[in-house]
Amino acid sequence: MRGETAMQLIATGNKAIAEAVRQVNPEVVAAYPITPQTEIVEQIAAYVSDGTLASQYIPVESEHSAMAACIGASVTGARTFTATSSHGLLYMHEMLHWAAGARVPVVMANVNRALGPGWNVWAEHSDAFSQRDTGWLQVFVSTVQEAYDTTIMAFRIAEHEDVLLPLMVNLDGFTLSHTMQPLETVVVGDFIPPLHLPHAIDVAHPRGYGPLTGPDEFFRFRWDIERSMRDARKVILDVEADFGKRFGRQYGPIEEYRCEDADILLIAMGTFGKEAEVAVDDLRREGIKAGSLRVRWFRPFPVLDLSGRDVVVIDRGYSFGFGGVLTRSIQATTKAEPFSVIAGLGGQEVTYRDMAGFVRNRRPGEEEWFGVNTIV
Amino acid sequence: MTEIPKEEYILKCTSACAGCSSTLSLRYVLKAAGPDMVLVVPACCTSVIQGTYPRTAMNIPVYNIAFAAAAACASGMSAAYRKKGVKTRVIVYAGDGGTVDIGLQALSGAFERGTDFLYICYDNEAYGNTGMQRSGSTPLGAITTTTPGGKVHPKKDIDRIIEAHNPPYIATACSAYPLDLFQKVTKALSLEGPKFIHLLAPCPPGWRFPAEKTVEVGKLAVKTGSWILWEREHGTLQVSGPSRAAMKKRVPLDEYLKMQGRFRNITEQQKQELQRNIDRALARIACEVKQPCS
Ligand SMILES: Cc1ncc(C[n+]2csc(CCOP(=O)(O)OP(=O)(O)O)c2C)c(N)n1
Ligand code: SF4
Ligand SMILES: [Mg+2]
Repeated sequence: MRGETAMQLIATGNKAIAEAVRQVNPEVVAAYPITPQTEIVEQIAAYVSDGTLASQYIPVESEHSAMAACIGASVTGARTFTATSSHGLLYMHEMLHWAAGARVPVVMANVNRALGPGWNVWAEHSDAFSQRDTGWLQVFVSTVQEAYDTTIMAFRIAEHEDVLLPLMVNLDGFTLSHTMQPLETVVVGDFIPPLHLPHAIDVAHPRGYGPLTGPDEFFRFRWDIERSMRDARKVILDVEADFGKRFGRQYGPIEEYRCEDADILLIAMGTFGKEAEVAVDDLRREGIKAGSLRVRWFRPFPVLDLSGRDVVVIDRGYSFGFGGVLTRSIQATTKAEPFSVIAGLGGQEVTYRDMAGFVRNRRPGEEEWFGVNTIV
Repeated sequence: MTEIPKEEYILKCTSACAGCSSTLSLRYVLKAAGPDMVLVVPACCTSVIQGTYPRTAMNIPVYNIAFAAAAACASGMSAAYRKKGVKTRVIVYAGDGGTVDIGLQALSGAFERGTDFLYICYDNEAYGNTGMQRSGSTPLGAITTTTPGGKVHPKKDIDRIIEAHNPPYIATACSAYPLDLFQKVTKALSLEGPKFIHLLAPCPPGWRFPAEKTVEVGKLAVKTGSWILWEREHGTLQVSGPSRAAMKKRVPLDEYLKMQGRFRNITEQQKQELQRNIDRALARIACEVKQPCS
């Protein structure tokens, strides 16, 4: 049976996630299709139909219901998974807060896509950014392999007793969801222990879940979410270290490329963060000491040390009337004065050559909308 | 004789209003279901009457969920219990707003997918939790805080919408007939798949009648034919005892309307329309019972 030996495959980001889900074997999957996520739910439905995955698959009638069903299943102590994108993620919004407040470790893949109008199915991070404050852990991946590895780790992190929060694995629409890359699978084995949800419904010990709650208790529950978010930092490090030890691939809150001696850091998330490495190689050939810092974990947001270096941030999502979301997050948590480039909205093509240009033409403290108000 | 279990799953001192018939009914629902169950409750009066954390007035697990999401949440629970091979019953107890309005999509989806659960809509014919605004289930002519002159649209026929999903079991009930309700819940829970019970639950503050009249108002709803008690098991319709009697001899509709302050603005024309709707509904039922469709 597949999953009992490690395999070398060629897969899309979507297929890699479906394969990871198959191996982790959640008890319940509830999902609703949306471009560019469809391949994930179709593949999972196919696994369930051909018996290679024994999950209960609930083909819900909406994303609000997908998340509600995952919450309902999860509170019985079942492992759950769903996947969505863009408008689907926004349609879940109410239930995303509910999942975090209910402390259910639902794992979800979100294929990052722009939001209408006009209709646009291509990559953008605004969908995930708009759910930033819901209490979900959020990670952004950049390769097919990373999508697979991170989805497996996601279950262990979310279900850890010090976390017990839902977790969103973000991957760029099309540029990663539909791109074929080599994939090496692992044998999950006891890397993912059985889920133990301490507050699972127990009919022998009846309790009320989520009733009216006064300000004092409510406030404590909210603090408890934040405390777990903070504790998640260590859990993430531990799980990633164990993954590296067992399977040989190492991940962290950020991924650094040629950063040790860099004077200038190019900071991005998702596939842009990988493309930036090529830009760095080009810049280095010109004698510009650039490095790439890819922000992998967005919630909890990593602790960055950017001191003494110029910073160029590429943002694939914007907070209107405020600024690039990643840029502003970095400004809030470091002393950096970044050159903020807004690029790639609605799937806009941005190459490593463009990125090298952002570094060469950087104007610290300023903001540029690439291709719109570019000063060349 | 039906034996009603002595166990109480709603403890004394809920925060329901005096004369709250939906809470009285829930007591019988839980007695019929027994302790191996989870009650799923969306935002509604029932999310209030169970008490404030960390206390609970319920002696069974109650899962509170967002207003629109009860049926979907129950779908997930039901799937998880199926996967675990556990027989725990999943019962939704939702208001009319959470059923015929905001929760309709999730409800329809859960029924279409054949979810194994029981969905009970207790119908107080308005949004009670938020102070009695109109719902799709508010009857023609009734005053609510958002229909201060009386509602100009008729009540949505949720039963026919649910019937269109061909569930194994659908029934109506009324809080004034607890034994009938108890038997229907018991019957529903003996069947696999999605079951629906639509329960009329007179609401003293919302309908504007004295709390001690809550049973009388419920009985008049049935005796005037405004509310018809029936059940449909695998498609076969059966009229329940109290409504069989009402079909033979009806109390005039006015007796029901004049007990309730919410109908004080109702026009003659609206009364006639209500009466026509009653006649039509009873005729349809009588016809089907006489000549069951194959
Ligand atoms: C999405 C959303 N919109 C509005 C509300 C406010 N709200 C809470 S309960 C309720 C009305 C409930 O009416 P019904 O379902 O008939 O139950 P009842 O209160 O009458 O028991 C409303 C409007 C909410 N909680 N969530
Ligand atoms: S408003 Fe009506 S339904 Fe709500 S608790 Fe009071 S009596 Fe019961
Ligand atoms: Mg109501």
